[in-house]
Amino acid sequence: MADTIKVSIRHLYKIFGGDPESVLDLARNGMSKTELLEKHGHVVGLRDINVDMSEGEITVIMGLSGSGKSTLIRHLNLLIEPTAGEVLVDGIDVTHLSAVELRDMRQTGMSMVFQKFALLPHRTVLQNAGLALRVRGLGDGEADTEAKKWLDRVGLQGFEQHFPHQLSGGMQQRVGIARALTSNSPIMLMDEAFSALDPLIRTDMQDLLMELQKDLHKTIVFITHDLDESLKLADHLVILKDGYVVQQDEPQQILLNPADPYIEDFVSDINRARVLRVRSIMKPSSKAARASAGNIDYDDTLESVIARSGGSTAKSYTVKRDGKTVGILDMKELIKALVPRLASQSGVRGNVTS
Amino acid sequence: MGFYDRFFDTLGLRDWCDSEKVDGPMTMTELLARSQGADSVDAPWWDIPFPSLDNLNNACHAVSRTRDLTEGVEQGFLDIKTSLQFVLDPITQPLSWLLDGSLYLFAAIPWWTLIPAILILVYYVSRSIGVTLFVALSFLFLAFIDHYSYSIQTLSIIFVCTVLSVLFGVPLGIAMSKSNTFQKVMIPILDMLQTLPSFVYLIPLIFLFSITESKLYGIAIIMYAIVPVVRLTDLGIRLVDKDVIEAADAFGMSRRQKLFGVEIPLALPNIMAGVNQTIMMALAMVVIASLVSAPGLGVLVLRGIRNLELGVGLVSGVCIVLLAVVLDRVSKASLARINTSQD
Ligand SMILES: Nc1ncnc2c1ncn2[C@@H]1O[C@H](COP(=O)(O)OP(=O)(O)OP(=O)(O)O)[C@@H](O)[C@H]1O
Ligand SMILES: [Mg+2]
Repeated sequence: MADTIKVSIRHLYKIFGGDPESVLDLARNGMSKTELLEKHGHVVGLRDINVDMSEGEITVIMGLSGSGKSTLIRHLNLLIEPTAGEVLVDGIDVTHLSAVELRDMRQTGMSMVFQKFALLPHRTVLQNAGLALRVRGLGDGEADTEAKKWLDRVGLQGFEQHFPHQLSGGMQQRVGIARALTSNSPIMLMDEAFSALDPLIRTDMQDLLMELQKDLHKTIVFITHDLDESLKLADHLVILKDGYVVQQDEPQQILLNPADPYIEDFVSDINRARVLRVRSIMKPSSKAARASAGNIDYDDTLESVIARSGGSTAKSYTVKRDGKTVGILDMKELIKALVPRLASQSGVRGNVTS
Repeated sequence: MGFYDRFFDTLGLRDWCDSEKVDGPMTMTELLARSQGADSVDAPWWDIPFPSLDNLNNACHAVSRTRDLTEGVEQGFLDIKTSLQFVLDPITQPLSWLLDGSLYLFAAIPWWTLIPAILILVYYVSRSIGVTLFVALSFLFLAFIDHYSYSIQTLSIIFVCTVLSVLFGVPLGIAMSKSNTFQKVMIPILDMLQTLPSFVYLIPLIFLFSITESKLYGIAIIMYAIVPVVRLTDLGIRLVDKDVIEAADAFGMSRRQKLFGVEIPLALPNIMAGVNQTIMMALAMVVIASLVSAPGLGVLVLRGIRNLELGVGLVSGVCIVLLAVVLDRVSKASLARINTSQD
């Protein structure tokens, strides 16, 4: 994947309260969230956030309730103004846009999907889906044709003339997604888009998103508090806690090398065999393994390899990618990777300030 | 000697007090006191009167009396009256035309056209056969007991005043919902308009405008009836789902698009509830406004009171109640229609 940086957040601070500027330096110098609240009456929303989001990738921002996820995503389209720092979209700092430029960026550059769907209750599904185009001033005919196309794409044929309240939650969120897609913007912001849905529907929607993304290659910023969801969707995973970034990396790397006890806790309940992939733990090599028990794919999950090995720890496999040999996987390594490693042992904990 | 003479003496203000010797007419209490010869008797200390203006004036004539205060208010009002009239008269003139025009129009249309027209309108806004039937029966009853023309006059006034209240009230409410400062300024004014006994604001209006002009009662009714529609518009817009507003912002809607495409449609149930109350308050006020020559059923009530014609008063009272029920049902039915189409 071409690694063009689409969105870049630099030293972003957000402080809520009467006079955020006055306590900005204190926050910069590392005063804790509780201390700032008790002594100065200000709430630290975000603290020194630096995230790069690559074009065409899904960046997942994960964290517990109150960690600042919604606050962060709303800085991208400036629904919330930062206290300090920059948000660069295609290299342009959106915090300095004029009102007209900002509106233009919201109309054409970004679209958003909301946790509570936020559809217009007095408009039909078709009108809702075409919202972005109508806002831009396109005629009904054009907007409706485009909206219909995307409604079909998300599986809502035949519901065009319904009103949102006549649809189930899952269907309403499909309208929400169609509305975002109709705007045809390169960036899509999704704030806990699937959190209000029940688990089965949620899996459906995740699959739908993955499938759409395969064709559309949008830059997606996805917020969730669910680790399974983030591991499934993320190309790049950012973990937030109390308004700062605890760790950000490719999800597999975070699983293998949690940077701090907070993340260890998070990942300890995960079925690692199902999530980890061969590519993350293989030994890179262009030669086939000695006494290779067979070929496995670069992107296979460990679970499928274990099934193949029949539980034997003595075997090694040759890892193939697009037919070429790219590495070797020893079953012993695989078993080791299944045991969560402690951050203290991998020695990274000291890097984290809190 | 009053109770407070010693007070002024100790402060050394006696000269100042006596320099303003007034020979104006005495107040009633003074007269009473004099006639009872209470002046010379030293009352016990626990009978000390409250240091009100009149009592202080008794001891020191430089202090003005309460009567001077009310006179001052009146004088002040009379002083600005001409300039106020100069501004208000032309501005409010169209109101007279509207009220008179509407009265003329309603009276000119024959009953066999007007009643069906009203019924069609009722059906159109309420989409309810029951309500339409009820309205039909009410009108037939009113016409049958010869109260038709009075009722139509009342309706005509309510119609004009409600339309104007909505026309001014909704934008006011929107402005309130957009600005907390403006809301803080408006709320006490609205409270005052709503709690001030309706007779009280007839008084300055009578001074300002000639009692024969229709705008006199028009203004009185609108000032009274506009309050709910303003309040509920403000409330309705403030209550619009924050998530939906956020979505509107996120898709780059302008303030105008947001107002007309999202906020007003979503606030409509509340605004309509306000309109319903506005109609009811206009009806209440139009009866009282017959004191200042508003035509309609109120005139009959007034006649009942003035001439002690019990029957006339009661029957027209019943007609007013009937009209109130009709207006309430019709506006509630259309409100219900808006509600169901929305969620
Ligand atoms: N307008 C505000 N005024 C004051 N504090 C705020 C405001 N908005 C958010 N906060 C604070 O900022 C912090 C982060 O809030 P945010 O809504 O971003 O959390 P979140 O991660 O999205 O949580 P959730 O999963 O519950 O949606 C919280 O501590 C919250 O109290
Ligand atoms: Mg949130």
